[in-house]
Parts: sequence; structure tokens; C-alpha cells
Amino acid sequence: MTPPFWAPYKAADSSPSVIGSPLSTFALDRVSAHFPEAVVERYVDRAGGAWAVIHPDSLPKVAAFLKNDAELEFKLFGSIDGVDRLHLAENDPRFEVVYFLYSFKRHEHVRLKVRVSEHQPVIPTLVPVYRGANWWERLTFDFYGIRFEGHPDLRRILLYDEFQGHPLRKDYALRDRQPLIPERPIKDIFRGPGTSGHS
Amino acid sequence: MADSHTFDAKGHNPDTDGSLPPEGSELEAHLQSKHMVINMGPSHPATHGTVRLKVELDGETIVKIDPEIGFLHRGFQKSCENVTWTQCLPYTDRLNYLSAMMNNFGFLNAVEKLIGLEIPERAQYIRVIGSELHRLTDHLTCVGATGLEMGGFAPFLYGMEARELLQDRVTELTGARLTTSFGRVGGINRDLPEGWADKVHKTLTRTEELLVEMDGLLTRNRIFVDRTKNTGVISAEDAIDYGWTGPALRACGIDHDLRKAHPYWVYERFNFSVAVGEHGDNYDRYLVRMEEMRQSISIIRQALETIPTGPIIVDDWRIALPPKPEVYGTIEGVMAHFKLVMEGIQVPPGECYDATEASNGELGWYLVSDGRGRPYKVHVRAPGFPVLAAVPHIIEGKMLADLIPTFDTINMIGGEVEQ
Repeated sequence: MTPPFWAPYKAADSSPSVIGSPLSTFALDRVSAHFPEAVVERYVDRAGGAWAVIHPDSLPKVAAFLKNDAELEFKLFGSIDGVDRLHLAENDPRFEVVYFLYSFKRHEHVRLKVRVSEHQPVIPTLVPVYRGANWWERLTFDFYGIRFEGHPDLRRILLYDEFQGHPLRKDYALRDRQPLIPERPIKDIFRGPGTSGHS
Repeated sequence: MADSHTFDAKGHNPDTDGSLPPEGSELEAHLQSKHMVINMGPSHPATHGTVRLKVELDGETIVKIDPEIGFLHRGFQKSCENVTWTQCLPYTDRLNYLSAMMNNFGFLNAVEKLIGLEIPERAQYIRVIGSELHRLTDHLTCVGATGLEMGGFAPFLYGMEARELLQDRVTELTGARLTTSFGRVGGINRDLPEGWADKVHKTLTRTEELLVEMDGLLTRNRIFVDRTKNTGVISAEDAIDYGWTGPALRACGIDHDLRKAHPYWVYERFNFSVAVGEHGDNYDRYLVRMEEMRQSISIIRQALETIPTGPIIVDDWRIALPPKPEVYGTIEGVMAHFKLVMEGIQVPPGECYDATEASNGELGWYLVSDGRGRPYKVHVRAPGFPVLAAVPHIIEGKMLADLIPTFDTINMIGGEVEQ
């Protein structure tokens, strides 16, 4: 029998339907029970991971609870990154910041999300709770322009200080270049992805 | 004979005639306690890549250190967002260029999770073998370079001999030494070459011999032990708080390995143990890496012995390229091939986070797809990033000479840290 190549995936509809075995929601259930006003939304992603969308103002206290609660102990700091939802179907508010934490006690990750608007992209910092958040927040600031209120040293981390704009925003042109020293004009080399020519 | 020229004609030393030295002699001046700021890097032989360390010194003690990274930034995420899922693979090679296969497979594993795909068993075995081969080369480079920068050239050469042998096996398997771009979504793009397993067995035997040599040259070496023991110490609590994973965390005494905690592929079928240190210093990080190499050798041997026969990639033409006879002989084959090459794999809309244990720790991927054949977002949690972030915490207040072994044993890789 010829394998299919034209039919869409069964789970390819827009609603996130679980395909893997669903992972534990214990931690987020506890968060919801303790801070019902902090949790904006709960859902499960395609791979079975449980997500909670947290209200920005409540983020530090939710993180501190996850870290210090005796039954959770999400002490290992995972990572932070931003998502620019400009071209997605649901794009208001525009930015999402995702947080991943890990618990040795429960042997699982917890996934948190905070949504911020384009006009006021400000989130309270997590540095007082996790020191590891320091550089990841700088990275998110560098590439998305999201400000972390109370961060001790919010500077660019990978790009240089003279850089204009935030390159991982979807409206930053792919081939926009801001060299510090003038580049030699190279016409016959095709560099990188995207269409050639100007942005 | 010494200083004979300072005596004048009468045999009288003008410096010791009891009179005070002339005003303003620099030797007699009060020692300044002014802090000195020096730059290490961006191109310093001990920075392993291009990282600039701004170090403020009080004598030989480091008062403050500010790592400035980004010299190797290539726009990894932006590039990935503008190519198809398969075309991301060459970019993932360049994350940790010492163990490219682990990045390849980690990324593919995350994409497969997002699709909801189970890959054939043989492909899972090949992924394990490839990953462990590259874990060996990565650790060999790290340990060899540590020895080199402590002043021992021989262990580095032994390490490089083993690494070259392993790179030859990697070349036979993937076609490239460093930037492998191996594997495809849904499995592996080429099978083990004929007679490869025997060569690997020979290479592993030789690697074991060379590991004994390195062990003999370093583990009880007075200079090496003095410079690594009790230097670069971090407590388990701090390491966790900073987000350390991998050998650096295990050296602090935390038994955490994703291969054991969340077995992926076929790792749960192999008999291996997790190396755990105790003190969280440079010496323990070195020991953990040495032990991990022995475990990796054991895993590869077990995998080569039990690897099943069968397909190496899924038989689904929406994901994997059809076999060439189908492409040349049937219209369905041509269409499937064309659509895959031109439009890419149509990963359904959604998001997922997935992590594998790379040579330096948890390599995490957060992928978002909008269903248009290209990644909407590729977040990579490079294991070296949080490790480097903790360097100021470890080294401030310590001696400048401790910085070199610390920087060696945390094994910061510019490619993955600076994306």
C-alpha cells in the first residue's frame, strides 16, 4: 500500500489535542488551588504538556510557591524565552514569555506562560526567586524588547549596545543588517535563509 | 660574581653605605592597592571560542568578573524561523560543534514529539549510538583541553588520538566529521555502513586504553590535582538555582540524568550508571566526565550487540522522502518528493517542550508551529548558557589562576551559548 502524502494529519486541527500520553498536572492543580486569581488559562499542548497562563503581576509569587512548596520543589531553573505571536491566529496580547522549571522531587517540568501587550511589555523579574533567571531575562529583553521590572542588570546580552530594535520580533526584517564596521559589498554570495536582495 | 658592576672603583657599594635611597625609587614606593581591569579574550587560548571576560583584579584576586558573550551569535532562531523544519538541521550542528549529532537528534526528537511520531526501533538504536559517540568526543576534548591548560600536553594528545579515531567512525556513519546534519524527521537518513560495528569495537578498545593513559597522567598528577581540587567550587543548591544540568550538576552530588529520569529512545534497555561527584569543584567535574566516557563506551557496545534489523525511517511520505525507485517510477513518489522538498514537512499547529541529555546537560527545545511548513519559534535551552551565567558567582573572590581550570571544566561552548 502506498503511504499517504496528501491527507492532513488527524490531529492537525487548530485545537490542541493530546497525542502523547498526558503528563502530570499535579503542580498546576496546586497552583490553581492556591492562587485561583493568578491563573488566566489552563490547557494541554500536543505532546501532553500541561500549561498555565499566569497573570503577570502574580508571576513572582507563583514561582516562589512552585519553588518552596514542600510537595512541589521546582528548584531547577530551566529557561525563559519569548514568543512574538504577530502572525498567529490569536495575537492579542502580542507577546508571550514562556518559563520552564524542573523538580527533582516530582521528576517533571512545569510550563508557565505570561502574556504581555506590545504597548507595555513589562513583566516583574524572577531574579529574586531564581538567580538563573538573570541571563535568560536579559536574552528575552535583547531579542524581544520585553522589560523585566526589578532586574538588577537589564542590558543586552548577545547583541551589542548600539543595536537598534529587537531581531526576533516578527516585524524585524530577516536580512536587516546593522554592522558596527562597514561591510565589504558582496553581491555574488547568497547568505542565509530567505529571499535574496534587500530584506 | 653577582652585581659586580655596581661596585665603584674603590670596591665600595653605593647602595649599602648607610644612606637613604634616592627619593622616588619605585622599589621603595608604597604598593598601590588600586584595582586593575584586564580583558581576557575575545580571542584568548583558554576561552574556548570567543568570549570576552572583563576581570577586575585586586592583586591576583578577582574582585568582579563580567563575561561578555555574543561574538559567535549567528541568529540561530531567526534563521530557523525562515527555513523548513528539515533545513534547520544544519543550523543545529553549529550549536555544540563538538557533539553535533546530539543537537541534531535532540531537535528531531522535539519535532517528532510535536507531530506525535514514533520512530522505528533501529533508528532509535542508531541515535543512541551516534549520541554516545559524540558524547565521547565532547568529553575527550574537554578533559584533554583541561590537561593542556594545566600545562600537560601529553593527555591532550592522547585525547585527540582517541577523538580522531571516533571522528573517523562518525565520518563513516554520517559523511562529516563535525557538522554531521545526521538523521531526519522520522528516523535516520542512512543505515550503518557494512563492517562498521567491528571498526567501532576496535576504536572503543583503543579509546579505553587511551583513557587509562589519560587517567594515569592526570588523576593523581600533583600539579593537576592542586589546581583543580577545591577550585571553582559551587554548592548543589546554588548550581540548581542557576539551572545547571549535566556533568557540572552531577559533580555537585545531584543524581540527575535525563537518560535515566525520562528515558527517551531506547536508553532504558541499557545497563549503565550515572556518574555523580561530591564536592562540585573542578576535580569532580573532571572525574565525572571521565566516568561518563566509560559508561558511554559500555552503552555503545550494548547497543551494537542488540541492535535489531528493520527500517530506519518511518514509511510516511508526508514526513520522510519516498525511496528513490518510487520517486523515479511512480507519480505518487514524485509528488511526495516534490512537496517535501519544496514545502517541507507540514508539522501541525501546536507547541511542545522536549529535552534530551546532551554532553553538557539538558538540551531543551520549545517549538511552536503554525502549520505552514516552517517553525514559528525555535527556542533552544543550551546547557552551557546557565553554566556560564554562574561563573561570576563561582569565581569572584578567588584567584585569577582558578579561572582557567574553572572555565575548562564547565566546558562552555560558544556555539550553543551564543546561538
